[in-house]
Amino acid sequence: MATISALADAVDALVHDGAEIALEGLGASIPVAAAHAILRRRPRDITLVGTAPGPAGDQLVGAGCVTRLVFARLDPALHRIRDALVAGWPAPLEIEEHTQAGMAARYVAGASGLPFATVRDGYAGTDLAAVTNAATVRCPFTGEELTALPALRPDLAVVHAQRADRAGNVQLGGVPGLRKEAVLAARKALVTVEEVVDELEPEHGAVVLPAFAVTRIAVVPAGPERHPGADPCDDGVDLAWAAVSGDRNRFTTWLEGIRA
Amino acid sequence: MSDQMLVTAARLLGDGEVCVAGCGPARRAARLARATHAPGLTVLGDDGTVDGVPAATAGAAEFAAYWLQGGRVDVGLLAADQVDAFGNVNTTVLGEYDEPTARLSGAGAAAEIATGAGRVVVLLPHRLSAFVERVDFVTAPGALTGPLDRAQVGLRGAGPVAVVTDLGVLRPDPATAELVLTEVHPGVSVDRVRAETGWPLEVADEVGVTAPPTAAEVAALRAG
Repeated sequence: MATISALADAVDALVHDGAEIALEGLGASIPVAAAHAILRRRPRDITLVGTAPGPAGDQLVGAGCVTRLVFARLDPALHRIRDALVAGWPAPLEIEEHTQAGMAARYVAGASGLPFATVRDGYAGTDLAAVTNAATVRCPFTGEELTALPALRPDLAVVHAQRADRAGNVQLGGVPGLRKEAVLAARKALVTVEEVVDELEPEHGAVVLPAFAVTRIAVVPAGPERHPGADPCDDGVDLAWAAVSGDRNRFTTWLEGIRA
Repeated sequence: MSDQMLVTAARLLGDGEVCVAGCGPARRAARLARATHAPGLTVLGDDGTVDGVPAATAGAAEFAAYWLQGGRVDVGLLAADQVDAFGNVNTTVLGEYDEPTARLSGAGAAAEIATGAGRVVVLLPHRLSAFVERVDFVTAPGALTGPLDRAQVGLRGAGPVAVVTDLGVLRPDPATAELVLTEVHPGVSVDRVRAETGWPLEVADEVGVTAPPTAAEVAALRAG
């Protein structure tokens, strides 16, 4: 059952050196506050799993917390990840690259207790198949050759959601991304929310994660105000973060500020 | 991104079709089509949105599995960083994969779109550095290396039917699968397109000229 606690306590309890941690969420649902709390905890040797790692993933890589990144898309503003890949700063970064759908299928397999996922598209005919963790499998019924991908079972999933009730049920809200899949695939889950209410109002399209699927809930301030219903494309490129991320010294100063 | 490029791409989308468009120029072109000649176009985003609105039935997991792999998408719009003579798209790396000179955005949903959508329209500015004989990395398959390759690998959709740039439109030759220049934008010469293409570009016997953006199209673009 989900426990509601302070964010720093939740991170202390759940984030360990060497852990495989999934961060999911797009736009206003990026777990920004949780990423900062993880930076303060200074874990080492993390395998970071994130379909589109975003600024949160960029920060953890730039801080040297991550040795391995599993991902499908890098937004243009993520200079810390690129610096690690091209120049090895602050440390070399191992990658395992997939497609977005491949990541989704891997989470779904993990959440479903299956050892692997099958997909038809995304790997066949590309150069990705040869450089990532993928295999082919023959369908026992039709004989078709399909791509097999190992299930994802992260030690911890970290996502941001709109609100929870006091029992720990979580209403995700916003653009879904792969938050639900990551939480259900992971062994433990930390969900930050903007408010805790007595009772969740049913809301169209807002996925509810039951309390038994969540380990910890922490209340954090809402992210920057966004026009309701805004196309998430509109803030796909975080210009403010790009400026910090684009310069090693500015990033280092920023990181000291977060950790102060 | 040039208005002419977005307008030309938008015109290739039909009213009533189901379209997939990632963020950036692809989504702008799709929105433009909806705002002008194709009000019945459905625009699926790879972020789990339908017509820009988050939809519980279109989460990122459902998006690829049910819509693309399930064969429900008529046309995909793909923004490319690099494209080659067979319409293969690279959005992964420049240079070697293990020691890249530039790290691009990665696959996202590009490969599933290039495979699962009925047909694909590729979008990118026409520059010599981006129009190469062979892409550094095949992120999203075009015709691979010839007209029979897609079927041999088991890719279902037709693949890229047009590459729309800020200079004109290239389409694959049905016999060879190699891209041919079929249209230029107003005021653009064939020589200029050749000069910005990194392989000996085939040119159609009669090269058309695209229609400039209409007032309605420009207004729709400005409105977002």
